[in-house]
Amino acid sequence: MTAIKAVEVSHLTKKFGHQTVVNDISFDVQPGEVFGLLGPNGAGKTTTLRMMTTLLKADTGQVKIFGHDTIKEGRLARSMFGLTGQYASVDADISARENLMIFSRLNGLSRQAAKQRTAELLAEFSLEHAADDPLKNFSGGMRRRLDLAVSLITRPALIFLDEPTTGLDPRTRTQMWETIRQLVRQGSTVLLTTQYLDEADALADRLAVIDHGKLVKVGTPAELKQQVGGTKLVFTVSERAQVATAVRVLAPQVTTAVQQIGQQLQISLNQLSQLAPILAAINQAKIEISQLSVQEPSLDDVFMTLTVGKN
Amino acid sequence: MTIQTHNSNVLMNTSTMAYRNLLKTMHNPDQFMDVIVQPVMFMLMFGYLFGGAIAGGVQAYLPTIVPGILIQTMLSAASGSGSQIREDLDSGVFDRFKSLPMAHIAPLAGQLFGDVLRLIIATITSLTTGYFMGWRPEVGFGWIVVIGLLAILTGWALSWLFALVGLLAKHAETVQSFSLMTMLVLSFMSNAFVPLKSLTKPLQVIARFNPVTGVITAIRQILATGSWTQSALLVLVFDLSIVVVFAPLTVWAYDRN
Repeated sequence: MTAIKAVEVSHLTKKFGHQTVVNDISFDVQPGEVFGLLGPNGAGKTTTLRMMTTLLKADTGQVKIFGHDTIKEGRLARSMFGLTGQYASVDADISARENLMIFSRLNGLSRQAAKQRTAELLAEFSLEHAADDPLKNFSGGMRRRLDLAVSLITRPALIFLDEPTTGLDPRTRTQMWETIRQLVRQGSTVLLTTQYLDEADALADRLAVIDHGKLVKVGTPAELKQQVGGTKLVFTVSERAQVATAVRVLAPQVTTAVQQIGQQLQISLNQLSQLAPILAAINQAKIEISQLSVQEPSLDDVFMTLTVGKN
Repeated sequence: MTIQTHNSNVLMNTSTMAYRNLLKTMHNPDQFMDVIVQPVMFMLMFGYLFGGAIAGGVQAYLPTIVPGILIQTMLSAASGSGSQIREDLDSGVFDRFKSLPMAHIAPLAGQLFGDVLRLIIATITSLTTGYFMGWRPEVGFGWIVVIGLLAILTGWALSWLFALVGLLAKHAETVQSFSLMTMLVLSFMSNAFVPLKSLTKPLQVIARFNPVTGVITAIRQILATGSWTQSALLVLVFDLSIVVVFAPLTVWAYDRN
């Protein structure tokens, strides 16, 4: 028996006019994981998400939510996920409490259940003090929290978050991350899009990197980092005259060429065990070095390597 | 813990959406401007400005202008639903509605049924202002209710038409300017404010074909005779035909969005 996947996307394609915005994208999301769609602006993240959440019809391809086809069993599929859009998708003209009440009712809760759930969510997302204020007075963070609260009314097993922290200040952003982590602890599956690498790194179990509508790579953040080369040893040679000597001495110790930027040398390490012989060789040649560091690749490197900038 | 939901139906979803629209207007009382301030202002302004010139006095002019302003207000209230729908569609909240396991048509239906309240307020305001200015129709209160209902039905039928415009247009601004223009042309190129005989021949032809003229004539006849007339029946048929023709079109345009 194979476990049912939370999301199954197969060969999704969407054209706007002549432009192919999403080009044959396929991936799976396992129950209980945080899956990130990472890509630069205009890569097709939101379009993909809109097709997954039945807001947009795909030209070709199929999406299944917990085994249910989003086209053939649209209503059933829709009952299994919550969506928080990129732009606050709550009613700005009415209060937080009224928003929660109305969306509870639209989700099929009875009046009594809607009231109770509204109270719970207001407390959970620390919105009680502003529950009856018009949303016009809400800060960006409060609005986002309400937005997320609305998506969670039915405690869906799957939550779609479209750029959940875009436009939030660092503190609110960290709070949002904590909220998302808590959702996962409670057993939810989360699919989020983001253009922030640190966010993907902090939250996602697995990532799909999308660029120009195509799926470039899928993997865990660690796997993706591995792709762009492993750990790097970086140090500065103190005496300018010794730089050439250092490069010569190190050549037998390294597998890829030593990169030289001024007096700074960069060496790619395949294994950390290479570190000792390299340092020994430097020591033996009596080369003085400073500012030594061992750098792990960042998702920034992954992003820069895998995606082609549009500008 | 799971949340107990039951299969929501169209009626329940629609009433929730209508309730949402009601809340929206409650929070933004300025949305009532067009159904409260406008009829009062127009009734006073036109009554006192033109009463003397057109009918020889405000009192004599009131039987002409009260039905006129009443229908003009219906037109402008109905046109509001078009821009309201466009604004809703443009805001993120519609995406949320569409992603919910609810009756697909409920947001549109909720808007159109919620509009009935605006139409009722507009009718009451128009007639009450007329009353304070000295308008005393010689028919029983029952007939006043009848013309009120006829006006509301007309306004409601037209709101389907304006909703269609709202769904087809690209911007809320387009809808607003279109609505304003339609409202002005239809209400002024009719018998709402002046007797048809006073118009030049070509204008008379246009005004006679203007459905607004038909509705106003029917209301004046009911108020004058205290009986259900042929032209009132015609208005009823006209209103229902608009709904029959435009409701499916509007739903089609809504689905397309």
